[in-house]
Amino acid sequence: MSDQTHGYKVGEPIRDTKAPEGPIEDRWDKRRFSAKLVNPANKRKINVIVVGTGLAGGSAAATLGELGYKVKSFCYQDTPRRAHSIAAQGGINAAKNYRGDGDSVYRLFYDTVKGGDFRARESNVYRLAQVSVNIIDQAVAQGVPFAREYGGLLDTRSFGGAQVSRTFYARGQTGQQLLLGAYSALERQIAAGTVEMHTRHEMLDLVISDGRARGVIVRDMVTGEIETHLADAVVLATGGYGNVFFLSTNAKGCNTTAIWRAHQRGAMFANPCYTQIHPTCIPVSGDYQSKLTLMSESLRNDGRVWVPVAKGDTRKAADIPEEERDYYLERIYPAFGNLVPRDIASRAAKNVCDEGRGVGPGGLGVYLDFADAIARLGRDAVEKKYGNLFEMYERITGENPYEQPMRIYPAVHYTMGGLWVDYDLQSTIPGLFVVGEANFSDHGANRLGASALMQGLADGYFVLPTTVGDYLAGATKFGDVDPEAVEQARDAVQQKIDKLLSVNGTRTADSYHRELGKLMWDYCGMERTEESLRKALERIPELREEFWNNVKVPGDPEGLNQALERAGRVADFFDLAELMCIDALHRTESCGGHFRAESQDADGEALRDDENFAYVAAWEWGEDGPTLHKEVLDYEYVKMTQRSYK
Amino acid sequence: MAVTGAILVLFLLGHMAGNLKAFFGADAFNHYAEWLRTMGSPAVPYRVLLTVTEIVLVVAVVLHMWSAVSLARRAAQARPVKYAAKRKSQANGYATHTMRYGGVIILLFVIWHLLDMTFGAVNPKGFDAEPFDRLVAGFDPSRWWVTLFYVVAMIMVGLHLRHGLWSAFQTLGLAGGRSYGKLKATAALVSLVLVIGFLSVPVGVMIGVIK
Amino acid sequence: MNLTLKVWRQNGPSDEGRMVTYKVEDVSPDMSFLEMLDVLNERLILAGDDPIAFDHDCREGICGMCGMVINGVAHGEQRATTTCQLHMRHFADGAEITIEPWRAAPFPVVKDLVVDRSAFDRIIQAGGFISVPAGSAPDAHSVPVKKDDADAAFDAATCIGCGACVAACPNGSASLFTAAKITHLGLLPQGQPERDSRAKAMVEQMDLEGFGGCTNTGECTAVCPKGIPLDTIARMNADYLKASK
Ligand SMILES: Cc1cc2nc3c(=O)[nH]c(=O)nc-3n(C[C@H](O)[C@H](O)[C@H](O)COP(=O)(O)OP(=O)(O)OC[C@H]3O[C@@H](n4cnc5c(N)ncnc54)[C@H](O)[C@@H]3O)c2cc1C
Ligand code: HEM
Ligand code: HEM
Ligand code: SF4
Ligand code: F3S
Ligand code: FES
Repeated sequence: MSDQTHGYKVGEPIRDTKAPEGPIEDRWDKRRFSAKLVNPANKRKINVIVVGTGLAGGSAAATLGELGYKVKSFCYQDTPRRAHSIAAQGGINAAKNYRGDGDSVYRLFYDTVKGGDFRARESNVYRLAQVSVNIIDQAVAQGVPFAREYGGLLDTRSFGGAQVSRTFYARGQTGQQLLLGAYSALERQIAAGTVEMHTRHEMLDLVISDGRARGVIVRDMVTGEIETHLADAVVLATGGYGNVFFLSTNAKGCNTTAIWRAHQRGAMFANPCYTQIHPTCIPVSGDYQSKLTLMSESLRNDGRVWVPVAKGDTRKAADIPEEERDYYLERIYPAFGNLVPRDIASRAAKNVCDEGRGVGPGGLGVYLDFADAIARLGRDAVEKKYGNLFEMYERITGENPYEQPMRIYPAVHYTMGGLWVDYDLQSTIPGLFVVGEANFSDHGANRLGASALMQGLADGYFVLPTTVGDYLAGATKFGDVDPEAVEQARDAVQQKIDKLLSVNGTRTADSYHRELGKLMWDYCGMERTEESLRKALERIPELREEFWNNVKVPGDPEGLNQALERAGRVADFFDLAELMCIDALHRTESCGGHFRAESQDADGEALRDDENFAYVAAWEWGEDGPTLHKEVLDYEYVKMTQRSYK
Repeated sequence: MAVTGAILVLFLLGHMAGNLKAFFGADAFNHYAEWLRTMGSPAVPYRVLLTVTEIVLVVAVVLHMWSAVSLARRAAQARPVKYAAKRKSQANGYATHTMRYGGVIILLFVIWHLLDMTFGAVNPKGFDAEPFDRLVAGFDPSRWWVTLFYVVAMIMVGLHLRHGLWSAFQTLGLAGGRSYGKLKATAALVSLVLVIGFLSVPVGVMIGVIK
Repeated sequence: MNLTLKVWRQNGPSDEGRMVTYKVEDVSPDMSFLEMLDVLNERLILAGDDPIAFDHDCREGICGMCGMVINGVAHGEQRATTTCQLHMRHFADGAEITIEPWRAAPFPVVKDLVVDRSAFDRIIQAGGFISVPAGSAPDAHSVPVKKDDADAAFDAATCIGCGACVAACPNGSASLFTAAKITHLGLLPQGQPERDSRAKAMVEQMDLEGFGGCTNTGECTAVCPKGIPLDTIARMNADYLKASK
């Protein structure tokens, strides 16, 4: 079967996700017990490559090293501790129920499935909730300085609409502290000689031999040398691809290259169109803008969101009288007001700006006003609560939020899609495992706040080490790597580099990336329509064509060449962008982070189509267009319902 | 560094106390000077303990300077390429600018001072005079420039110690947590006491309180 | 705004390096310092020149990857700010700005403003961890931690490993970084069993890497984007002396 208009084929559905049968609460135990073990003497002879040193990759490499495997770890930064996980602010969820407020593994599981708008796999999510408890123990034992109460016990807060207080935090630097914990565990293994660290190395291809993932081709970013590293299994923990939009809250270096090359080598890519847009970011201030900064969501607890009633009103905020302001969230969602979930708040902001009522440069911003809170609570109380955020805002914008309202605007923040993995976190290529934000599992169509850190660490510390062991138990039989497979992968890498350096056109890779990002934001961003997506699908190949014929990449293949690094990443973003649009176009329902304007209810809320779309869309790469494989989602434990926040 | 510095500070405290005896007249001071030489007698022969002290002092000064030089050399090795822009101190630059140059000035002072007070070589009264006379003569108002030199040197010593003492606390690991501020104040106070104590004598001579 | 930049250019570790002057026009005061360099780099690329290499990633002051000495001050003159968080509105129109890499023998220049800070990782490898295999940890509430200790440990733990302390120290000492790590772990009950050996091993590694000795001049804490306090160094010394007895 094929669908010519959408440019994709439909292939066999995915039937087996390898999740054990039986009651959901026993599945992980069952899997652990059935997993084959590797004899300690053999572990030393087994090599595992882990690409990425964020929470997922750092914890995985450290744990595998500790278990006795010979691990090689890679990251593109100068030290593993700088992985993008370091930037996470809010916190990490865990079903500890330390507050006795009715939390449980089951409730966390339930909230996550529901928050994901019923597009996640139940077995995986349940395991995540189970393991969440051990993460906190592990982190505390490593010395992660979580916030504590005067009694000396851990403090928690509530987050992202959950009715229980299950989010552990370390001021506004939870990701940093958790990553430093994983990093220190990793450095300990490096010192012990079980992990060999390769910083400033970028993975550019995957080596597949005899149908199995057997190694990676990397570029030493300092010398420019192309290196081959072989192993018995490869783990990708390379993070999310939000930077396809150019502007996002992700670190500048975040890229899709590793997972995209794996995709091109046969790993299926699941749900690429699910993107999370965060409502409270600092707006763009000019064309030179290189990234967007997230402001904690907690600001919406006391700030009131508004825009002028009139279009094109350029008066200062203070000069706009009360009756000429539109507190649109309070108006449209009287029950939840300023506290509606991320996707709803984001879309509402976009709508008012599209109407021409946005504020600030380019009209892309809405006010988040603390005047009432300051009048009600006093300036000191507000400062105590949000002082550091206000300071950060002032540092970036040069405006004082105590005196004039903050300006905020939504920004791309997280990508729920990623390489498809089974219950064992193994992709469709045997021996290729994918963890953290790089895989698609656990969050469905929308991720709840404080759940990404939980997932990365669950994958790395607890799930992967068990499941990868099961796979590696057969490693002695894998045989030698086919030298031709290596040659072929190296050639592909070399050719691409040579090509990029030889075009010598008239535009920089960044300027193409900017244009691609704008296109994706406009046509495949917060709101998608058939028309916008078709436009995008027309424009992307043209732009890509132009890129390959007109990009200018200076310098040599040898030595540090940051322009070359960037160009390579942009090239992959083009391909990914296309697949994202195809996925978004084919999914004619709205769900979670994917809002199709055609599919909304009378109130303008997202309308799911469970009958036709309760599946994971796993895409197989092909020269002549992708093939869709559906993994049907069965809900045995959670009943599918429509969300409402009115 | 901290240990040798501490020995020097202890010496200075004792030295200052001794000097203050000048306010009690020539006898008290000369007696003190004599006692310095007869310490421990008759059990210990004349001048032995004083000589031991002197040796300790010399060793301390040498070690102290040696540490200072080796720290400076390590610093030079740790930054072989200098900054092109003049580095602007962000921490008021006090310590960086005072310690090494200040230390050298203090050394020069000590050499002069020994020639003056101990050996009498540059003292109007010469070596054979009584210590008290050397003292009074040395700070005679007509030799105001000597006194001025002492004053400047004393201030250098004070500055060196204000940082040096606190730095020693820090180096010895005493300045953690709550004691941090207190120790910083202690260092400043001790330095101030030393400067005032030392300066009172030449000033006393100048204005004729000591004669 | 129009600016004159004097930037350290060095092709690679073996190149001599030199200061090169660039004029940058039409700089917006709202740009971050790195965005200003992005704009210059775009221009250099189109002109067929080699763009200026500099390290950066998060661009929000937390990863510790960015860092340059701006007009003689590590991360520039604005206090408690990383280079990526520094904005051009703090410079005057027409200003001349000197930009250099971190200067320290243990931080060799890789290219232009990029230096190799792997010495920091080796200091951590020497002992900057608590040995706890995954899955072996007791329940998180089995060891209460005094709030004061937890808060103080946190203050030290916020170090982003940027290396500005080394760049600013007149002695090229890595004491503040090392002390921050030792203090973070040393203040927590979990960190006690390895406390002495950790301090000893980390300080010795720091010396081995070729960093200078600390004479408590306090330049480090003044430029530290996270304001790591100087008393962490006293704690480090105390632990080190105790361990060396
Ligand atoms: C501003 C911000 C705030 C957030 N706050 C929260 C929060 O409060 N709570 C929460 O749960 N989640 C939060 N998130 C989401 C969460 O931080 C991320 O999803 C998570 O940290 C991803 O971890 P990871 O280990 O999968 O990948 P990353 O941490 O992104 O690590 C990726 C690693 O892969 C390496 N890498 C990438 N590509 C290559 C390549 N080609 N070759 C070699 N190496 C490569 C990188 O060097 C890096 O080491 C936040 C995200 C952002 C952007
Ligand atoms: C002979 C000339 C001297 C030189 C060159 C010298 C130099 C130095 C230097 C370079 C330091 C390093 C500390 C820093 O820079 O912060 C230092 C510290 C110190 N000095 Fe001196 N000094 C001299 C004389 C003295 C004297 C005469 C005393 C006291 C009587 C003294 C007391 C101290 C103390 C207490 C310290 C602190 C040690 C530490 O940092 O741990 N110094 N000196
Ligand atoms: C204004 C302040 C000072 C006065 C009036 C003073 C006076 C004296 C006198 C009178 C002596 C001779 C004692 C004797 O031979 O019996 C002496 C010796 C000495 N002084 Fe000072 N002094 C002063 C400051 C200092 C300082 C600041 C230092 C060191 C930094 C110092 C170091 C010495 C030393 C090393 C000796 C030799 C001691 C010995 O022979 O054992 N003095 N001083
Ligand atoms: S102590 Fe401060 S300056 Fe030094 S590395 Fe840490 S954060 Fe940077
Ligand atoms: S600047 Fe250097 S001298 Fe010590 S106090 Fe800081 S390390
Ligand atoms: S780029 Fe991450 S701290 Fe500056």
